Amino acid sequence: MTIADLPIPPGAEPSAESFLGAKTTFRSWALTTDHKRIGILFFFATTLMLLLGGVFAMLIRIEHLTPGPTIMSEETYDRMFTLHGVIMVWLFMIPSIPAAFGNFIVPLQIGATEVAFPRLNLASFYVYLLGATIVIASLFYGGIDTGWTFYVPYSSHTPAAVLPTVTGIFIVGWSSIMTGVNFIATVHTMRLRGLRWMRLPLFTWAIYGTSIIQILATPVLAMALTVVGLDHAFDWGLFDPARGGDPVLFQHLFWFYSHPAVYIMVLPAMGVVSDVIPTFARKNPYSYSAIVYSTMGIAFVGFLTWGHHMFVAGMSTFDAGAFGVLSMMVAIFSAIKVFTWVATLYKGSIALKTPLLYVFAFFFLFTFGGMTGVAVATMSLDVHWHDTYFVVAHFHFIMVGGTFTGFLAALHYWMPKVTGRMYNERWSVVAWALVTGGFVVTFTPQFFLGNGGMPRRYYDDPARFQSLHVISTVGSWALALGMILVPIYMTYAFFRGPKSGPNPWGSRSFEWRTASPPPERNFEGPVDFSIDAYDYTTPQTEDA
Amino acid sequence: MTAATRDHFATLEQQAQAVKLALAAFLASEALLFTAIFALVAAYQSDWPAAFRVGIEHNTRVLGSINTGVLLVSSTILAVGVETYRDGRKKLAAGLTFATAALGVVFLVIKLTEYAEHFHEGIYPGGRGRFFLEHTEHGLPTFWTLYYLATGLHAVHVTIGTAVVGWRGYRLLRGSSLHALEATALYWHLVDVIWLFLWPIFYLA
Repeated sequence: MTIADLPIPPGAEPSAESFLGAKTTFRSWALTTDHKRIGILFFFATTLMLLLGGVFAMLIRIEHLTPGPTIMSEETYDRMFTLHGVIMVWLFMIPSIPAAFGNFIVPLQIGATEVAFPRLNLASFYVYLLGATIVIASLFYGGIDTGWTFYVPYSSHTPAAVLPTVTGIFIVGWSSIMTGVNFIATVHTMRLRGLRWMRLPLFTWAIYGTSIIQILATPVLAMALTVVGLDHAFDWGLFDPARGGDPVLFQHLFWFYSHPAVYIMVLPAMGVVSDVIPTFARKNPYSYSAIVYSTMGIAFVGFLTWGHHMFVAGMSTFDAGAFGVLSMMVAIFSAIKVFTWVATLYKGSIALKTPLLYVFAFFFLFTFGGMTGVAVATMSLDVHWHDTYFVVAHFHFIMVGGTFTGFLAALHYWMPKVTGRMYNERWSVVAWALVTGGFVVTFTPQFFLGNGGMPRRYYDDPARFQSLHVISTVGSWALALGMILVPIYMTYAFFRGPKSGPNPWGSRSFEWRTASPPPERNFEGPVDFSIDAYDYTTPQTEDA
Repeated sequence: MTAATRDHFATLEQQAQAVKLALAAFLASEALLFTAIFALVAAYQSDWPAAFRVGIEHNTRVLGSINTGVLLVSSTILAVGVETYRDGRKKLAAGLTFATAALGVVFLVIKLTEYAEHFHEGIYPGGRGRFFLEHTEHGLPTFWTLYYLATGLHAVHVTIGTAVVGWRGYRLLRGSSLHALEATALYWHLVDVIWLFLWPIFYLA
């Protein structure tokens, strides 16, 4: 039996009025409280940020094409890599999967008609928009040259626009907390009657774990950046070593947020992977509970690892060892997930479609990034690699190789769910090959650069690094080309793509048990969740 | 918010549970916000124990302690207000809620009096002012900057809390639901509890 032959589950016949067609005025989008529409608003806003951050990345790479000045001055370069980091971390990756896909999919996966607080949800979008606007406006007030980490004492004295940028991030943090609070309340209280926790789809679990990190870590960043802003604007000097301030203390507070933030970014992508694999292997996850517990394990242990960013900042070897060991616990939980996913694929009936291709890219890139992560979590090795391109390559393997491939897998997997249209599989495979191949070519040389001694954030480099820099830059062009293709064929698919039917992948997951695109109230008539989200053995319709 | 359920909730109990759970999550977030400040204070206090002692002894202990009393009484009154609402005496509950908001204003007036006194002495954040010309202990500016940061952020929370509690009292007169009052009270209690940490840190040696 192929995917196309699978019976449509009951209640999933296309309905007359979808949420997309119900109302089409500007007002109906701008003031919507429909979680699906808010998810789409977030999707476009964060994708715009991805584009902006991507342009900065391309310019940075072009600058490294030749030694010495290529296209920009040192000052411009500093502003470019800072805004690349700020935009990608806070304006794209953190809100992207949870606020865009989480918003759209989670209520469908728990059989709810809405999130618990629809108006808070909309507010969260506008708060995000306000914060993002302020961050980008700082570009016109001199930009910011501190790096995305805002390390003091430099950040409290640089003439750059520190205050607007940290204010913008502070406000975006509010949006993040609002989204987190909303999802926690939603998953706890809005589940369909009888839908127990251990029957929830794994994507919902991932968003739930992410939300916990969002509400507990974000306020600490807010406080750390508030003090940096006050130091910068009013010369309060709380982190100024000349007045008894402790810059390392800032690093502790900053990484107490910013390391868990890595899991805010990657856990949702892991949730996407956990949902895509059973659908395309037509199998129950090898161990559902192992994935759930490792998700919650990462959410918890993630709070105890921040010190591994500070091995060279004045930390005792005992502390460094403790933080190293705790960091490796994350690797154990991640490995549990990867092994479970691979075991799920084993002897599955695999349909090699684009979402699964991105999952394979995730396997390879994330695992590679994770293993180099174990390496840099070891103090003896990290002393050599600290602040070099090795670290840059490592976290891009996690962030792009993990989060971004998860984001693209989600986009392709749920495109028919959101729009009811199917994209062109041939073009999507071409884009996948360009993105994955381009990524590998861009970032693999950076491991060698870093190991050879190339420091990160340097404008210029010695001639012996040049060939590796050129390979990396050329790779980034392939990556960019792939990323340009995606919106083109997706836009075409939205207007002209073939109708996908309610469940083109033959998935058993709950969000597919309604029309695609779903009706305004998500489900027409009573919802049947009696068959589990990953149960591919029980026939779902009377005639099957 | 009225007593009626919003249409995406099946029952009022479900709505009440969602509101209280969301508020608990938000309070956890708030707690971590202040924990970051407590971490700053703890670190700098261990760096400059002597300067912190000087700062604490100089601080206006009487006013700070009166404010502790004001908040404790206000929290108790609001807790009683919730109970009277449960008993169905909604007018009285509204009255007690207004009394809580009034005590919030009292707290803020005392707090601002303190600030005015400090400014008068020439104590400003960032180690500026005439006070620091006479008192040159290392770390003393840090103590006062942290004092302004921590109590200032708390005062912002009291201001918001007072407004929310006052609004809730107004809504109670028009039939607000129990869970909305409970949620308001939870927030007010958190503001109170945070002060119970700030008080010994900045006023009691």
